[in-house]
Amino acid sequence: MSTALLDVRNLVKEYPGTTAVAGVSFSVPPGICFGLLGPNGAGKTTTIEIMEGILPPTSGEVRYRDAPLGQRFHEEAGILFQKTALQDFLTVRQCIALFRGLYAHGLDVETVMRMCALEKLASRDARKLSGGQQQRLLLAIALVNDPTVLFLDEPTTGLDPQARRNFWELVQSIKAQRKTIILTTHYMEEAELLCDDIVIMDRGRIVAQGPPRRLLHEHFADVLLELPRQDFPPQARALPLHILEANDRIEITTDDLEGTLRTLLAAQVPLANLRIRPANLEDLFLELTGTELRP
Amino acid sequence: MMRRLLSVLHARNLEFVRDRSTLIFTLLLPVALVIGMSFVFGGPERPLFKVGVLSASINRQAAPFLRERYVEFLAVPERDAALRKLTHQQIDLLVELGPPQRYWVNTDSPKGYIVERLLLAADPTAQRQPVSGAALRYVDWLFPGILGMNMMFSCLFGVGYVVLRYRKSGFLKRLHATPLTAFEFLGAQVLSRLLLILIVTAILYAGIGAVIGFHTVGSVPLLVLLAVLGALSMIALGLTIAARFSSEELVGGLLNVLTWPMMLLSGIWFSLEGSPRWVQWVAHVFPLTHVLDAGRAVMLDGAGLTQIAPHLLFLAVTALAFLAFGAWSFRWRIE
Repeated sequence: MSTALLDVRNLVKEYPGTTAVAGVSFSVPPGICFGLLGPNGAGKTTTIEIMEGILPPTSGEVRYRDAPLGQRFHEEAGILFQKTALQDFLTVRQCIALFRGLYAHGLDVETVMRMCALEKLASRDARKLSGGQQQRLLLAIALVNDPTVLFLDEPTTGLDPQARRNFWELVQSIKAQRKTIILTTHYMEEAELLCDDIVIMDRGRIVAQGPPRRLLHEHFADVLLELPRQDFPPQARALPLHILEANDRIEITTDDLEGTLRTLLAAQVPLANLRIRPANLEDLFLELTGTELRP
Repeated sequence: MMRRLLSVLHARNLEFVRDRSTLIFTLLLPVALVIGMSFVFGGPERPLFKVGVLSASINRQAAPFLRERYVEFLAVPERDAALRKLTHQQIDLLVELGPPQRYWVNTDSPKGYIVERLLLAADPTAQRQPVSGAALRYVDWLFPGILGMNMMFSCLFGVGYVVLRYRKSGFLKRLHATPLTAFEFLGAQVLSRLLLILIVTAILYAGIGAVIGFHTVGSVPLLVLLAVLGALSMIALGLTIAARFSSEELVGGLLNVLTWPMMLLSGIWFSLEGSPRWVQWVAHVFPLTHVLDAGRAVMLDGAGLTQIAPHLLFLAVTALAFLAFGAWSFRWRIE
């Protein structure tokens, strides 16, 4: 018997002419925040929608509490989609009450509004909320059944930095209640801050899986040197170093800092703007999925 | 300015042409309308008089009178129903072939007076049975049709477009992530629209009825039952269209494909009596035909539950069948 809350087994999703998910397996233990990361088109939204039970897989299965997804899962799951429209002409309170009415158990509407700081907006037309307020409302709707597992699909995309940080605080307070959270995001800072365990997907497959710290340690047992792109002469690209080209900068990872610096100086690379820092999740993401723009 | 206008025009045309299903329906609808109108309004000129003949079918050789020109002879199997039509001057004479040949004439009807002369010229021995009754005003006959037409549009378009909008906006997808089932969602839509339609129809019934001085002969609670079942059947029919499609133009086209034949064939504006049998058979496929036939029977002739039971049964069965089909074919999201 599995101890995982959610078990994803050999998931495949094919569309005519393309395979969105090509045999993905992982387990999500209870009480953690699990991150699903990947570039656009990696298959993470397809994977999460299959996990949410709203998209059938071509093959493979998702199990919740060691059973196929069913009525119990729908009663115990809270979901915040990437994009969700609500019914027109309803106030914030009425929107939450509508969804509360769809579940047998849950929190009362006032409690959910308080959790998501919506009390002052309770009587406002839901269509007239700002982006951040709208996301808080959608989170409130996702929490209305007091879910055991909460799916957040790119919840902070399009939000300004203040709204994003405010949303992170909300998610952290939910995490503190030992709820299981499945999060997809493009923001590595977000994943690093919130996730206990991550899966990085690319082209429908898993390319890395584990706690962020452990993955960083496995892939970057070394330090990371960062130089502005304009300081890095074209001939230096041929140097025997582990070089990664980002938009405006060149990143070099090495476990021999002294030797690398000597090589760069010998190639007459100016080091005035050199930054040395530990690797982060974004470095790992780029290392594993590359830097080219996805079609 | 012209360049910008042409750019938008070109893009819109591409969108329209590439939406194949919508394109096909847009092209097919006018063709279907032309064919339908030609069947309903085409053919030879209408005769001057309508005579009911108490028999299952008309044999023109059975009596000299049946060979008269400019008279339409309608086979009427039930005497009571035929006499009600004669009383309302919906037919000008009722004949029972002999021997001896008998006929019923409405003594208040001018057309009945003339067609009686024709009958007696052909068979002077025919036995006369007089009845009387004022002609049914066209507005009285039309009134149930207007109520039914309003009900039909509200049922089909009101629900169809709402579900489509929910699907396109992603609201349905969000509902799908809850324990809500398709049957529950559709049931709620049906009940919401049903309530609205009953209120609107009651207002129209009372308002127009007061203005034109209309009084229902039969039972009003029976009319309410008929309105409930009729509305349920037509709302559920609208849901079968809206159950899975995502294009406004396609859904609009399909709803038009449903509403136009009902507008022409269900008897809103004119009776289909005397039209080819197959046209009448097709007309009885539509729920609106049953609503109007039963509605007129109750409102104008005072028919009771037993007389309109077949219509009520048809509406109840189709409501359940359409709702079951709608729930089966329902799609929460754009595919």
